[in-house]
Amino acid sequence: MIVGTGQAGFQTAASLRSEGYADPITLIGEEPHIPYNRPPLSKGFVLGTQDAESIELRPVNFYKTHQINLLCGERVVGISRAEKQIEIASGGNLSYDSLVLAVGASNRRLPVPGGDLDGVLYLRSLAEAIFIKKRIEEAQRIVVIGGGFIGLELAAVAGALGKNVTVIEALPRVMARVVAPIISEFFRELHTGRGVKILCGATVTEIHGANGTVKEVAVSDGSVHSADLVLVGIGVVPNIELARDAGLAISNGIAVDEYLQTEDKNIFAIGDCAEFPNAFAGGRVRLESVQNAADQAQCIAKTIAGHRTKYNSLPWFWTDQYEIKLQMAGISAGHDRVVTRGNAEAKKLSVFYFRNGKLIAVDSINRPVDHMIGRKLIASGASLTPEECADETVDLKRIPTDPYVH
Amino acid sequence: MPKVIYVSAAGLTTEVEAPVGTTVMGAALKNGVEGILAECGGVCMCSTCHVFVDEKFLPLIPPAQDTEEAVLEIAAIERRPNSRLSCQIKVTDELNGLIVHMPEKQR
Repeated sequence: MIVGTGQAGFQTAASLRSEGYADPITLIGEEPHIPYNRPPLSKGFVLGTQDAESIELRPVNFYKTHQINLLCGERVVGISRAEKQIEIASGGNLSYDSLVLAVGASNRRLPVPGGDLDGVLYLRSLAEAIFIKKRIEEAQRIVVIGGGFIGLELAAVAGALGKNVTVIEALPRVMARVVAPIISEFFRELHTGRGVKILCGATVTEIHGANGTVKEVAVSDGSVHSADLVLVGIGVVPNIELARDAGLAISNGIAVDEYLQTEDKNIFAIGDCAEFPNAFAGGRVRLESVQNAADQAQCIAKTIAGHRTKYNSLPWFWTDQYEIKLQMAGISAGHDRVVTRGNAEAKKLSVFYFRNGKLIAVDSINRPVDHMIGRKLIASGASLTPEECADETVDLKRIPTDPYVH
Repeated sequence: MPKVIYVSAAGLTTEVEAPVGTTVMGAALKNGVEGILAECGGVCMCSTCHVFVDEKFLPLIPPAQDTEEAVLEIAAIERRPNSRLSCQIKVTDELNGLIVHMPEKQR
């Protein structure tokens, strides 16, 4: 029984079948659409280069041919661990042997007056993306609140569509929690060069409306920005309610062990909702990414199919803004030294992050070889110095690594 | 409409009609071809849509960009000279009858 039809839920069902699991599989989720690829929602889908059908993870007949009972538009309202059953909103209970919570996360809401006006929108689902796409087309002046991945990707799309765009970020620089200042600066310049205004170190104090619709955004520095559309991307909170109500441990997400199991060994939690131990993060972590969802799904599929498997994949991420792709390998949080290879002027730049003399992360712009070698080096725990990383004459490919494990 | 022929590692052949402008990866997913996982959704990040292109079609496909070349280095089955990521192969009329062989595993 898999709850959640996002990337993690879908991949669990698909991988169970490829692992030879022959028992019934039910994949159940609130969203009305069959499982789809979420990253394009803030990129090609809103831009108009990808449509709803093209982002489906598999066509609808996949679920029939793989004997996956797909229940879309159905909400799970409770778990009875004693009975090994879930309760669904339309009435009735469904039994499970193994229960997978791939329930995702919800957008953090903007807690300011006017936050509920028409024209203040959040992006998570396909339905929301369809609505945002329409509203961006109709809008002239757009304020994006939050200079993280989602906010900047939406700003890039809106900017490319010729809209007047202002991004408001509370921290002193964009993507501050995940990338080094030199990367933040690169993207700030990229956006401002395309006419998108970026305002950092400022918080929204109030959204003013007229006739119930957004009109302008007031900011802590005293500035006021007129807007006919506000897009909010200020992070997410994990959907922990089902697990909490079932008495399972909650931390920064549904707490699981290295097998991605909760303290109830019949219940797993994976993807955006789960907090798990990860050597590459230097402790427990909750990640929101395709890699994390897909790799965790494949890990527990092995366990459920009879081959108990610990999760130890290297995290990686990407963001697309205009024609630039930022590739990220590993988790840079907690770094104590940063060196660069290449340079921002040439738009070919990698940043290597070290902690206690050990390479923990690599961010790359137009240096895809650095990204891929970075993955191998970090995953292998290879020993190399910051000086070697900074020295372009050192061929990183020659540093011994273990074979890359997906 | 151009046809693309997918050959599994076990030798099973699947022929599908692929509209011009779609990708060899996309056409495989849409037609239920097993053996192409496409975990990253076709953005050149994961190598799970790796294929070996039949030699006679290689000259008809634009060469791989740096990002694709880099990703092929982490393919689960070691890359060969005719390795490509199927997400980066756009279907054209010229490619009608394209044959791609799928590796025995993608991860």
